Amino acid sequence: MKTTANPAPAAAGDAATARPITLIEAVTQALAWEMRHDESVVVLGEDVGVNGGVFRATAGLQQEFGPMRVLDTPLDETTIAGLTVGMAATGMKPVAEAQFDGFVYPMLDHVICHAARFRYRTRGRLTCPMVLRVPWGGGIRAPEHHSEANEALFTNVPGLRVVMPSSPARAYGLLLAAIREPDPVIYFEPKRIYRQYKEVVPDDGEALPLDVCYVLRDGSDVTIVTWGAQVKEALEAADQLAAEGISAEVIDVATLKPLDFATIAESVAKTGRCVIVHEAPRTAGFGAEIAARLAEQSMFDLVAPVERVAGYDTHMPLFRLEMKYMPATARVVEAARRTLAQS
Amino acid sequence: MTVAARFEIEYLQYLDPNGQLVADLPPHAPSGEEVLALFRQMLFLRTFDGKAVALQRTGKLGTYAPCLGHEATQVAIGAAMRPEDVFAPSYREYGAQIMRGVQLREILMYWGGDERGNDYANEPARHDFPWCVPIATQCLHAAGAALAFKLRGEKRVAVTCCGDGGSSKTDTYAAINSAGAYALPFVQCIINNGWAISVPRSAQTGAQTLAQKGLAGGLYCLQVDGNDLFASLEGMRRAMERARNGEGGTVIEFLTYRLHDHTTADDARRYRDEAEVKDAWTRDPMTRLRSWLVAKGLWDEAREREWVAECTRRVDEEINAYLETRTQPPETMFDYLYADPPPDILEQRAQLLALEGRA
Repeated sequence: MKTTANPAPAAAGDAATARPITLIEAVTQALAWEMRHDESVVVLGEDVGVNGGVFRATAGLQQEFGPMRVLDTPLDETTIAGLTVGMAATGMKPVAEAQFDGFVYPMLDHVICHAARFRYRTRGRLTCPMVLRVPWGGGIRAPEHHSEANEALFTNVPGLRVVMPSSPARAYGLLLAAIREPDPVIYFEPKRIYRQYKEVVPDDGEALPLDVCYVLRDGSDVTIVTWGAQVKEALEAADQLAAEGISAEVIDVATLKPLDFATIAESVAKTGRCVIVHEAPRTAGFGAEIAARLAEQSMFDLVAPVERVAGYDTHMPLFRLEMKYMPATARVVEAARRTLAQS
Repeated sequence: MTVAARFEIEYLQYLDPNGQLVADLPPHAPSGEEVLALFRQMLFLRTFDGKAVALQRTGKLGTYAPCLGHEATQVAIGAAMRPEDVFAPSYREYGAQIMRGVQLREILMYWGGDERGNDYANEPARHDFPWCVPIATQCLHAAGAALAFKLRGEKRVAVTCCGDGGSSKTDTYAAINSAGAYALPFVQCIINNGWAISVPRSAQTGAQTLAQKGLAGGLYCLQVDGNDLFASLEGMRRAMERARNGEGGTVIEFLTYRLHDHTTADDARRYRDEAEVKDAWTRDPMTRLRSWLVAKGLWDEAREREWVAECTRRVDEEINAYLETRTQPPETMFDYLYADPPPDILEQRAQLLALEGRA
């Protein structure tokens, strides 16, 4: 490809001069870094061009890299997914955007039947190095189908990696890693915390590992395991529990597939208690996988039954009731208290 | 009346079912010797196809999708492509694939339950897409490849096939639409063989032709007699030339006929009139081209016998290679999931090896 000249100097590379950025700005920063340094990276999706994406994740990218690398697609999710697979298998590194979580379903055919299987089907002859960015979850008072927590549909698919950052720094480092990964990555962006807070994220091109859980807060009495936007409630719950003299450890799973269970097991070995918190419906949610592994591998470390605080097994209600659906801080606190009451 | 737009679909036929020319051959028509080489290729394909069905019937192959009757269409597609182009087939276009280097043993391995059949050893097939079972999804992969070519400024063409049933899929419409929107070097071959398993062409759509499905996407569209090698070649030549010249994509509908069952797991007698099949045999692509070659003095019975014997020898050699291929060790099911397999996968691999007593 000869669409870019020399990589632009990383103007924001000096952490000392960098301004703090939000999670979504970190997404943009990672896309721009990688596009400057790898000419095979292209961005495609609905409204990602001039408009910069409906959430502005691709703001400014078409101006910098041109319409040949930041492609508005026809308005069809099947098209986005199918083109992405075809491009990835012929030497490009496409980063596709699903405008909203509820619109990924037409993409599943290509993600499951092809992206996840090309390496396997062809014994490594063809691969599918692609990223599907999915603005994820509820809490932004959006219309129907704009607030889904559907990560478990993907964690059950062999051949995929599934990632969900919960901070600007992790959004940046994990997206760089996702783009550089030789296999397909589903990159969920918790839209409720897109602009929750800012932090300085050096634009240094440093990727984070794609197989690590992060201990966000040390504790000794109970382990709270969560991912995505629910990290906010988990940390709030830990604060409230601390006020009651209960020491909660908080783990951000960050990469759901493959799961770094060792970090969770190590924490539970210390605390003996575990509360799993997720926004998605409870039954067969990804929390069930973590609970099953605890039963298999950490049974004798547990002093209380594992608790799950999840979305109810209903549809995500329209926005007037959505916060009633999602796990609130009080439910997390209550579950943690229950684990302590048992022992 | 004010007309906003007007469309028509050209139909190409040069050689009628009796082997008579019904129109002057186009200026780019191949020479007699070139036609002869393609006829030999068609005969080779038919020899292989028959033997593959026999292998399945004798329990030596899994379910197989025959290509009986599609020989002219498939060989024309293969002949029109250059090595640097990319082919995204469905699961039946062996004729074009063989011309691009796919080995018969690879076809047999795939249908014989071995993924290594998709690991085409020879160029240019090595950079082609593998067989694709979810109907018509390959059409969008070809459009994606064509988009990659365009973005990189490469003069390459992506060619894909779907059936008359496949032309009903969202993916086909989506591929056509995106090829038009981005003016891609893309050729959508719709192999209209009359049947999508048990459902006839008439039940798929109210459209007069399947070729016209490209009109809405802004593509060049034409319909050819897919049992006429000359028409099939001329259709493909036009499509490839347009794509290479940056004039955008094409939809070609090849009118052919599925002379066999859908697959060896199907029994077409349940839904298809035997008389229809008998009638379709009168339009067989081999017979008419053979008549033309014989009339030209380029072919005769002795040469046919000799070539069929040679085809049989070559096919048998490949069948033997297939039959001698040992099953992959079971742990290979873990070895091609990820470039860098995560610990969970390695752990399950070790469990399998332990079960096999090979830990």
